[in-house]
Amino acid sequence: MKRYNENTRLVPVPSTSVIPDRDVGKLPILECRHLGIDFGGLTAVSDFNLTIGRTEIAGLIGPNGAGKTTVFNLLTKVYQPTRGIIMLDGVDTAGMTTAQVNHAGIARTFQNIRLFSRLSVMDNVLIGLQDSMSYSLPAAILRLPSYWKQEKVARERALELLSIFDMADLADHEAGSLPYGAQRRLEIVRALGTNPSLLLLDEPAAGMNPSETAELMENIVKIRDTFQIAVMLIEHDMSLVMNICEGICVLNFGKVIAKGTAADIQNNPDVIEAYLGKRKEGE
Amino acid sequence: MNQRKAVLPMSARYLINAALCLALILGLKGLSASGLLSDYFTKILILVGINIILAVSLNVATGYLGQLPLGHAGFMAVGAYTGGIFLKSVNAAAMSGAPLVLTIAAAILLSGAVAALFGVIIGVPALRLKGDYLAIITLGFGEIIRVVITNIDSVLGFDFTYGASGLKRIPKFTGALNVFLCVVMTCLVIHMVMKSRHGRSILSIRENEIAAESCGVNTTFYKVMAFTMSAFFAGVAGCLYAGNLGSLQPGGFGFMKSIEILVMVVLGGMGSMLGSVVSATVLTILPEALRSFDRYRMVVYSAALILMMIFKPSGLFGDYDFSLSRILEKLGVGKKPAGKEDAR
Repeated sequence: MKRYNENTRLVPVPSTSVIPDRDVGKLPILECRHLGIDFGGLTAVSDFNLTIGRTEIAGLIGPNGAGKTTVFNLLTKVYQPTRGIIMLDGVDTAGMTTAQVNHAGIARTFQNIRLFSRLSVMDNVLIGLQDSMSYSLPAAILRLPSYWKQEKVARERALELLSIFDMADLADHEAGSLPYGAQRRLEIVRALGTNPSLLLLDEPAAGMNPSETAELMENIVKIRDTFQIAVMLIEHDMSLVMNICEGICVLNFGKVIAKGTAADIQNNPDVIEAYLGKRKEGE
Repeated sequence: MNQRKAVLPMSARYLINAALCLALILGLKGLSASGLLSDYFTKILILVGINIILAVSLNVATGYLGQLPLGHAGFMAVGAYTGGIFLKSVNAAAMSGAPLVLTIAAAILLSGAVAALFGVIIGVPALRLKGDYLAIITLGFGEIIRVVITNIDSVLGFDFTYGASGLKRIPKFTGALNVFLCVVMTCLVIHMVMKSRHGRSILSIRENEIAAESCGVNTTFYKVMAFTMSAFFAGVAGCLYAGNLGSLQPGGFGFMKSIEILVMVVLGGMGSMLGSVVSATVLTILPEALRSFDRYRMVVYSAALILMMIFKPSGLFGDYDFSLSRILEKLGVGKKPAGKEDAR
């Protein structure tokens, strides 16, 4: 592992982000600089700097309330940052809406699952794939050939994506009726449908049993390898984070307290303190 | 899983539906020709048709988009006055044959288009709000339309809406047949839109707006689109209404009219086209059947609504939609790949 070298076009930031060897020298997919947000007088995130390589699997961890999901909401513009910049693939995302950020290449899942629960699994994925279709409203009303052609391609693509998680035979089921683990997987499939270059997963293993988690780990790596995209995940399951994340960023009280590889993080005294508390004097 | 299930090919589905519509039209013609269908029943049939269009169009905004606009009568008023003024000014009463048919078609489309324009104008600011706030602002807009129509009786010296005294002597073109055609077209167009990428985007907003946005759905655009579509068909219904009555009073497009339409949608089940059609039919025929009971109609309305909310909050049909081909498929007719459900 090499330390990432700052991109000179931007205001330099002291960064210790870890970029996997294969991504060094390429334009990073995501760069956050001095990112911060205040809610009234409360500073939820401050001075958040992070660089993610093009095909990196990055982890964002920290105790409850550390601001991890807030970071995701900043990246996807659910919240507009108070300070700092977000560069996605070298493009500043300032002023973009959530939908525009998605078009630019960030897709996400949610901590509390947000599926279109009364629609079918297929429709959920097709909404993700909606940018792959371009037929106009009159074409839809008159059922012109462009409608049939694009719908057919999109449906095939949806089944293909669903089959990553062996869910193709669930396509006609109502999304809300799926078991919890399957709903989480469907959210990932839907996000993949939007053809992202950076996939944000908010606690993908929450509520999964160890064997499901192991399977999920394989699948995340598989997704990264097949689609050649970067993945950033928030997770409390340390086995998952330590096993698949190449770079890990630890957040506490809205501030980055450590960055580095799994080994760096595990031995970092600040991280141990944040998770376990400080040892009392004389103990 | 497509191999397991028998599926009708698309062309067969369209053919079945077209044949059914044709049979209904012929049946309608036969009935009126044989004299079995009295003027009174024809009138009721026309009212049923107009109310179906209104309910189905409001269902786009409430059931599919998941918003609660209360100004539907306002769009209907815009359509009615547009159609009325247009038909009067081109002197449609003196026409016959093909020009008349074309003029009527133009009037209906123009009414829809003008109502849709108002839909955009009102939708853009109003749809920034949600829930109760959207209800109140659309309620306000509906009333504004009514008040404006009452007060601009003439523009620059030309007679316009004739204000409170009402727009009179509009050519009465509305018959059971053209209402039926409009109902079919309305249901068909809305169905086609809802089963496309546009429709899915509209549904995704109802289901979860934040998730829709992070899937790249331009929520503002699709909200306005659904709202505009809803307004368009309300305008069409308004035009048919004008052609049915032959005279228009602005008072008829008040707040109560909007509520009446909303009741139809809620009772039928939000998000179910079949529900809207059935409850619009029932709620139009019921007061006619219970003529002597008419003064208690609003009491029955509210009682029905309360009972519905208690015992079946999702409405008569929930969001179930009727599909003839699905029933045929269950019976084992047909084969080959899946597509969409059919129109009515």
